[in-house]
Amino acid sequence: MHCQTKGSWGSYMPTTAVVIGDPLERIERLASENAVVIFSISSCCMCHAIKRLFCGMGVNPTVIELDQDPRGSDMEKALIRLLGASPAVPVVFIGGKLVGAMDRVMASHINGTLVPLLKQAGALWL
Amino acid sequence: MNSPSTELPRSMAIYEQFHHISRWGDGFDSNNTGSSAIVPADVGLKNKAEYISCEQVEPSISDQETNKPTDKIRRRLAQNREAARKSRLRKKAYVQQLESSRLKLAQLEQELERARQQGIYISGASDTGCFGLPGTVNSGITAFEMEYAHWVEEQNRQICELRTALQAHVSDIELRILVESGLNHYCNLFRMKADAAKADVFYLISGIWRTSAERFFHWIGGFRPSEILNVVVLQIEPLTDQQHLEVCNLRQSSQQAEDALSQGVDKLQQSLAEGVASDLCSGNYKAQMVDAIDKLEALENFVNQADHLRQQTLQQMVRILTTRQAARGFLAMGEYFHRLRALSSLWAARPRESG
Repeated sequence: MHCQTKGSWGSYMPTTAVVIGDPLERIERLASENAVVIFSISSCCMCHAIKRLFCGMGVNPTVIELDQDPRGSDMEKALIRLLGASPAVPVVFIGGKLVGAMDRVMASHINGTLVPLLKQAGALWL
Repeated sequence: MNSPSTELPRSMAIYEQFHHISRWGDGFDSNNTGSSAIVPADVGLKNKAEYISCEQVEPSISDQETNKPTDKIRRRLAQNREAARKSRLRKKAYVQQLESSRLKLAQLEQELERARQQGIYISGASDTGCFGLPGTVNSGITAFEMEYAHWVEEQNRQICELRTALQAHVSDIELRILVESGLNHYCNLFRMKADAAKADVFYLISGIWRTSAERFFHWIGGFRPSEILNVVVLQIEPLTDQQHLEVCNLRQSSQQAEDALSQGVDKLQQSLAEGVASDLCSGNYKAQMVDAIDKLEALENFVNQADHLRQQTLQQMVRILTTRQAARGFLAMGEYFHRLRALSSLWAARPRESG
């Protein structure tokens, strides 16, 4: 598992054998199930902003609210480790690959790389 | 015109000129050669001597030859007219000086008011109820105030340098250096603001650190990226087709990012209001306050993201444009904000009804 995802995780991925139910593994699985996946917390306003950004572009993202998931807090900790910073949310995956938090998403939208990425993942047409 | 010379402090340099004005106002007429009081200070000694003697000329024409007095009179009249013209020019210059002093005074008053508010801000130790401040000096904010004043000065200097360089048609290499400096200067501002946001995000959000006209356009702690693009776009024609497309994309993406952040802040406001307003009747608010503090910390995040957006937009603009276009763009931006600041001063200095 760590082989196929090494590209997206880089050095964050544990190289030892993983236990079923590992939060990072669950994150990766959820991220690959849809074109655009946002990990969020329902009370977080920055998460609201990032959702509005994608909706405003005509994208329909899959949102996973960690505060409404039984294993949410584990996933939150895993995301903090993954990003190397707090807060854990919002964090965006496109086409199963990690894009990043709000600043990375906005930077890629401004420099014109976000839209091609969305089209490539099939989240955006035209 | 009244003679207010006695009301003015004697130290004022304009006192002397004011004295002159009261005389100028006394039914001054270019043909009024009999007015011996009017002796402009900078008229040559020769003229002065002739002025004094002109009084004697008129009543005693019969004492001279018929031709010579006429010529002399004509010369006197011409000199009077000239002197009068010079007087009027000096008066005009003086009035302009008064006007700009008035502007300066209004500016100083504004600064004083801001400093006073800042002083209240800092010394809020004695009255936390009124200003809600803890008993500590917010040195982060005072540091920012000083740094920002320097930043504006440096910005003005850079604008002048850009304008000169563009007019002198300097090489692209030299222009490139100026463009990079301009971009770096803005990056410095965003760094300063990040520190200020940690010290007190409300200070940045309020816009108190900017002038009043700038504050009218204030958006999450600073300028709107899309507003800047509107200003720049008019100055950078002609664009290639590729550039045109990229500029359109930039305008659209910055607008979308702005909208997203705005909606995030609206949600934060709503959430904060709900939190603070919950259970108002019980009078017990400790839990609500703790919750509210957490929400306010999220506001710092929004200001940082907004500044991040501003920086990204400027960097992308520089990427899309040629060096010369980017230089014109930075000049346009700088001049735009400079004018807004000047507008604020003019507004503050405008004549108002007394009382």
